[in-house]
Formats: sequence, C-alpha cells, structure tokens
Amino acid sequence: MIEERFDAIVVGAGMAGNAAAHTMASRGLKVLQLERGEYPGSKNVQGAIMYASMLEEIIPDFRDDAPLERHLVEQRFWMMDDRSHTGMHYRSDDFNEDRPNRYTIVRAQFDRWFSGKCREAGVTVLTETTVTDLIRDDSGRVLGVRTDRAGGVVFADVVVLAEGVNGLVGTRCGLRETPKPKSVALAVKEMHFLPPEVIESRFALKGDEGCVIEMVGSFSRGMTGLGFLYTNRESISLGLGCLVSDYAETRESPHALLENFKAHPSIAPLIAGSEVREYAAHLIPEGGWREIPQLCGDGWVVVGDAAHFNNAVHREGSNLAMTSGRLAGEAIHRLKATRSPMTRADLKLYETLLEESFLMKDLRKYKDLPALLHTNSRNFFLSYPELVSSAMQTWLRVDGTPKLEKEKKTVRSFVEKRSRLGLVADAVKLAMAWR
Amino acid sequence: MTASTPRIADKLYRNRYLVDPGRPHIKVRPHVTPSPELVALTTVCPAECWQMNDRGQVEVTPDGCMECGTCRILCEPSGEIEWNYPRGGYGVLFKFG
Ligand SMILES: Cc1cc2nc3c(=O)[nH]c(=O)nc-3n(C[C@H](O)[C@H](O)[C@H](O)COP(=O)(O)OP(=O)(O)OC[C@H]3O[C@@H](n4cnc5c(N)ncnc54)[C@H](O)[C@@H]3O)c2cc1C
Repeated sequence: MIEERFDAIVVGAGMAGNAAAHTMASRGLKVLQLERGEYPGSKNVQGAIMYASMLEEIIPDFRDDAPLERHLVEQRFWMMDDRSHTGMHYRSDDFNEDRPNRYTIVRAQFDRWFSGKCREAGVTVLTETTVTDLIRDDSGRVLGVRTDRAGGVVFADVVVLAEGVNGLVGTRCGLRETPKPKSVALAVKEMHFLPPEVIESRFALKGDEGCVIEMVGSFSRGMTGLGFLYTNRESISLGLGCLVSDYAETRESPHALLENFKAHPSIAPLIAGSEVREYAAHLIPEGGWREIPQLCGDGWVVVGDAAHFNNAVHREGSNLAMTSGRLAGEAIHRLKATRSPMTRADLKLYETLLEESFLMKDLRKYKDLPALLHTNSRNFFLSYPELVSSAMQTWLRVDGTPKLEKEKKTVRSFVEKRSRLGLVADAVKLAMAWR
Repeated sequence: MTASTPRIADKLYRNRYLVDPGRPHIKVRPHVTPSPELVALTTVCPAECWQMNDRGQVEVTPDGCMECGTCRILCEPSGEIEWNYPRGGYGVLFKFG
C-alpha cells in the first residue's frame, strides 16, 4: 500500500488518535494514521460532552470552525423511581462566557472535522483500513503494522495504539488483556430530532445554550448504570449504560430498557414528537485506575479508551483520550528530537507526563469507587432512589399527618430497607472511596 | 419485554450499514449446549443478533451488529465465539454517533 517509512503510525482516528496524530504532525513528524471506518467518526459513539480545555491545548482556535452543538449552562442530576425523579439542578449565567468550558458535540461530525485538522497539519490519513496485526522482531519490538489492504504492511519508529475500548490489535498481540465484563459498561443511545425552538422552550434555553441531565435509578433495574440526556442544536441524545457483567447476570435487554426509559413520565414529555434517526451502542471502560494496562513497550504506546482512561464518576472520557494522545505525541516528538530508539525505557517519558497531569491524579483519586458501586449496585441504583422518592412524597403531601410522624415513617423506611448498620456502612464506604 | 416494545428491526433500519456479503465478522463455534454467557447474548445484545434455535443452540446473524463488542467481552475468552472487525469500510456507519 505505502512503501515509505514513517516516524509514527497511529491506529484509530477517534479522539485519542486525532490528538496524537495532530500533536506529532504539527511538530514536524511524518505520521500515518489508519482508520477502519468509511470516514473518521463512522464507528464512534459518545453522549456527548466535549471539554474545551483539553482541545484548546491541541487546537487553540477550535471555536472558529469546529462543529459544536450547544455550550452547557445547566446540569441536572436526577434520582428516579418508576414514576418520579428527585433532582438537583445547577444553572449559571457564568457559563455564558467568551470561551465556554463544555459543549455538546455529535461525534461523527466532530471526528471528521478533527481529522481534517490532522490532514492540514500534515498527517497522512487512510480510512477504510483495518489494522489486523503488529509486526514485531524476535525480541518483541514493534516495527510496524499489518492491515487488511492488499500488501498492507507499513513500518515506523513507533506505533500509537488509539484503537478504542475493544482494542483488538493490542489484546490479540498480548500487550494487554481483553476488558473484563465488570469493567465495561454497555451504552445504548438514540438521536431524537426536534426543531431547535422546541428544544429551547422545553429546557428554557436561549440561542446556543444547552442543558444536560444525568440520572440513576430504577430504570437500570438494580444494575450499576447511568442514564443521560444531552441537548444538541436540533437533536437530543438519550441513552443509558449498565455494566456488561450486570447485563449477563440479569439478562435484561438494553433495547427494552431504553424503551421503558423513554416512556418514563419525567422523560417522555422532553422527547415528545421527536424523530429518531439513529440507534447506537458502544462500550465504555469503567474499571478505573485498577484496570489501566501496561502503557508502553518497545516501539509502542497505548492511549485513550484502549488504555482504559475513563473517569466514570465525572463522565469524562474524550478529554482523557485527547490528553493522553497529546502527551504521547509530545513524548514521541521529544524522543525523536534526541534520536532515542523508542524503547520501553525511552517511552516511559509518556508515563511520566501522564503522572504529572490531572489524568492519573483523578483516576487514582477514585480508584476504589468502581468496585464499591459494582458490589452494592442494588442499594445505590434501586433501593436508595426508591427510598428518596417516597421520602419526598411523604414530605410534600399535606394530609393531616403530624410532621413528627412523617419524619419517623421516613427514617423507618430507610432502616427497614438497609438496617442502621447498612446505612452507616454505605455512607462510610462511599466517603472513603470518594476521598 | 412488553407488547408495546417496538421491534428491533424497526430501530435498526434507521441506521446505515454496509454489509460485507458472505463474510460475517462474528461466528459461533458449533456446540451442543451453550454456556450461560452464550445464552445471555440472546437478550443482552443491543441489536438482537443472537437467537436460540429450536435445538437449543445459539446462532448469530450479525447484519444489524453495531460492533459494540459486548458478545466478545462475554464469550471470546471461552472460545465459544470468534469476533473480528468487519473489513475496513464495512459494517455499521454511524451518521451521528
Ligand atoms: C454513550 C457514550 C457516552 C459518552 N459520553 C461522554 C461524554 O459525555 N464526555 C466524554 O468526555 N466522554 C464520553 N464518552 C467516552 C468517550 O466517547 C470515549 O472516552 C472516547 O471516544 C475515547 O476516544 P478514543 O479515541 O480512545 O476511542 P474511539 O473514539 O473509540 O476511537 C477509536 C478509533 O479507532 C478505530 N479503530 C479501532 N480499531 C482499529 C483497527 N484495528 N484499525 C483501524 N482503526 C481502528 C475506530 O474505528 C475508532 O475510530 C462516552 C462514551 C459513550 C459510549
């Protein structure tokens, strides 16, 4: 296919791959990027919130032409039972700033734009090309990649694996394990189209303002799961994700869960009259810090979802993908400048840069949280939402019951469901894992 | 599933696919009794690509597959299924993602 030799080959044109490719090419490296989709983004799924700071470090003036949907001025957190939601909303006019911090995006469109920027920076991008294997010498050093194109062998000093959560190339070559069912969530989502004015009036938005809702509750049927609703310019992304291990155990159908979720009395009016134009499914790495694999070796590094960089608590993934891609690119550029042979010891520079960044600090902070939420999923995702809902009703209904009696009833309902010790233990464990 | 649940086919027909005829990217190893994980795929697959036939064996028709990888995570380790990406350019092509 291509006879030349490259400084670096990037596998994948998602957030991490584009960040790495752009960083290296804009510093003068000769970069080949391979993407299996028909166009960059055609295989990629996200909610999606895009965090501006991490993109600004790669493309400072991205606001000039990036396909951004809405900047977020409001965040809602909902705890739901089958008929209600208890919410906490935060909206601030401070988010209407010159350089907003969070935007909604549509990945298929965004990735195409990002890939265009990579081409402008000098990256050679080949789409419709699946990398099938790594080429290695006897010592295991990676020399290049094999692809599904005729004669498709290419060589480079280093291969950046930005191949996403499934990471077939790296896992098949034994660089890391296949993700475990309890460390990945399966997310399903739909794109609901509505006129912009309708979205604006339903969420009380003006212009490009946007609102997001993130939810936990009985819709996940006791599985560790999260629902989400994101407003785009003329569509709403609606979906939910639950752990694959929980799905395997409960044998719930994601398709049926999503249908029930859409029919929830708090959700249905928000999407009423919409036209659904796509149904998508994708995995999210949610095992946190403990699942991070070996990050580099002789002639290779791994970035983004493939490296399990995802902060499930804060719903951050694409920013960690961009940051890890950029740091890998910076490390490789520095090594190239000193003519280092890109051994594992050299490439440890990438690990050092990651350790110095917010990325590893954040993931380490929450290292115990995934395990806690997974083992107690019925309490956190079913019992508590139901208890909170009934407490709210008891509080709000004015029916002549003395207030003291109402309070006692609420306390009793919590204790009966979880026992005093259970309640204290849940609170302590949560606080410890949050630290 | 409730009676009001729309058929999965009605959902998937809104998606864009380029099917690679005669080259399914997922295969099941011939078996007599499927493992619990393999049986789980008949409900857990978001595109409902997996069915149990009347002899109690699990079969796959990956045309509507969205390439999420859930079945691979659950059943590749035991060797019951073989999972690959479709050839470059083929498979699901998200318009929005
Ligand atoms: C439903 C959902 C909602 C989300 N919401 C948010 C959110 O709101 N905010 C946020 O920050 N993150 C969110 N995430 C997470 C975010 O989408 C990911 O963290 C991010 O996409 C990871 O980027 P990546 O480049 O590592 O992987 P991907 O974006 O998955 O890119 C991998 C690329 O590699 C290509 N590829 C893979 N294998 C090969 C191969 N062998 N040969 C050639 N090409 C290959 C793929 O086609 C793909 O283009 C969400 C994820 C999901 C599923």
